[in-house]
Amino acid sequence: MGLNIQEIRSDFPVLAEKVYGKPLVYFDNAATTQKPVSVIQAEADVYNHYNSNVHRGVHHLSNVCTQAFEDVRKKVASFIHAASSDEIIFTKGTTDSVNLLAGSLGDTLFSVGDEVILSEMEHHSNIVPWQLLQKRKGIEIKVIPVTDEGELDLDAFEKLFSAKTKLVSVTHISNVLGTINPIEKIIETAHKHGVPVVIDGAQAVHHLPIDVQKLDCDFYVFSGHKMYGPTGVGVLYGKRKWLEIMEPYQGGGEMIDKVSFSGTTFNDIPYKFEAGTPNFAGVIALGAAIDYLQEKGLSKLWEYEHSLFEYAVEKLKTVPNIHFIGKAKARTSVISFLIGTAHPFDVGTLLDKLGFALRTGHHCAQPLMDRFGIPGTVRASFAFYNTKEEIDRLVQALGQIEGMLG
Amino acid sequence: MTINEKQDQIIEEFSAFDDWMDKYSFLIELGNELNVLEEQHRTDQNLIDGCQSKVWLHAELKDGKIEIQGDSDAIIVKGIVALLLRVLSGHTPDEILNTELYFIDKIGLKEHLSPTRSNGLVAMVKQIRAYALAFKVKQG
Ligand SMILES: Cc1ncc(COP(=O)(O)O)c(C=O)c1O
Repeated sequence: MGLNIQEIRSDFPVLAEKVYGKPLVYFDNAATTQKPVSVIQAEADVYNHYNSNVHRGVHHLSNVCTQAFEDVRKKVASFIHAASSDEIIFTKGTTDSVNLLAGSLGDTLFSVGDEVILSEMEHHSNIVPWQLLQKRKGIEIKVIPVTDEGELDLDAFEKLFSAKTKLVSVTHISNVLGTINPIEKIIETAHKHGVPVVIDGAQAVHHLPIDVQKLDCDFYVFSGHKMYGPTGVGVLYGKRKWLEIMEPYQGGGEMIDKVSFSGTTFNDIPYKFEAGTPNFAGVIALGAAIDYLQEKGLSKLWEYEHSLFEYAVEKLKTVPNIHFIGKAKARTSVISFLIGTAHPFDVGTLLDKLGFALRTGHHCAQPLMDRFGIPGTVRASFAFYNTKEEIDRLVQALGQIEGMLG
Repeated sequence: MTINEKQDQIIEEFSAFDDWMDKYSFLIELGNELNVLEEQHRTDQNLIDGCQSKVWLHAELKDGKIEIQGDSDAIIVKGIVALLLRVLSGHTPDEILNTELYFIDKIGLKEHLSPTRSNGLVAMVKQIRAYALAFKVKQG
């Protein structure tokens, strides 16, 4: 049975909004997705009915809240097929997860002169934390180049390995190009060299089936707010063998076993990495997002999303003077383009006036913009609540804008 | 014409548009008509921070008046630069420092400029005021 998109849309209150009197077309899903009522309600329910600090009290509410919080850890583990929920660490988001890794692995894994391999298509979130480590520890950063098509150059990747390579950290799906990177191959290559791999799954975890055990990645990171969950919650998946030897990243309550001024011992994983009161209400609402996706049927949602993407690629080709940035064979959900020589800002400004929420600019991927020699792109990114009619409207709007700017 | 007379004139011109499309088409036209910024002034020093697009502003003091040139790589922004120059270029540092710019609001552009964009606009005005202040100090 197909999806009832109108019914799905009615689950997302923001989609009914108007901008400048026009119905909103929300094509900025790669930046953040909208939330279904059930997610909004789940977070409100915490505060309305059982708000209480987790892992602390003996009292009833604290137990209810802790239970709900820990249930989501299990839910997330099963969502990405982790071997154990101990391997799921709650963070503030992808950025926070990468910072945790750079901070903690920086101490555990890296010495002066050691190398981390990133790619030219990384989000700043997966660049700057490593640059900070570079400053702190004197590590080196090697970069996998991107081809004209917008794919990672895997031959060049192989050649980047040296005896000093300690880690590879790459994105699963590019937030600018939509490229789905062959991470299975990347992980296999890295492991052949005995090097662990971090995958930035911010753009992938809600668009593809993820099985971290099958992938055999060492770490997988993502954000709740990009997968229909609340903002301020993220996940770091890490293999037990790594998490156990890694040093804590931040200190505070919850992450300790025993504290004294003569020495402190740390709690077990995952708590060792969750200092302070976590965003438990957000985590619980993230659980509601996973429930929502699973209720609707993940494979049906993905299939529909991908058909929208393919429809958009075909239809957008008809816009005069359009050219696409990123033509990888395997891609999904995100399309970046430019219209003639028009600055993306101009296109975005006019699209905004027509009721479209799209992103223009460098998308926090300036090295990638430099790679293509452009100041930025216009980016349309899709979710399962978008429709073909909305894409038709975009195509029509772009035709009009091309006329104005051309 | 005083700065305020110029502002009022622009508000008058924009009041003829009842459609945002016409307004933006006009801005694009203004952008296209803006005198080119001389190449030697297209420097990093003249580049304004805080804009999604690049904006350059160059100012010189001639006979006690500030002559401003500007440019942007985005045409709509260039149209806004053109309006700013029309209002402020050719005035004394004191005149520039002592006026309130109200026309952007009145022509219904500010409300449609998202935070990042209006930051750009704010940054442009700030830069012109900084030039004015610097010239005023230099004049003594
Ligand atoms: C590929 C990728 N990595 C990392 C991030 C950063 O995510 P967050 O801002 O939620 O930490 C994003 C979000 O834009 C992204 O697209």
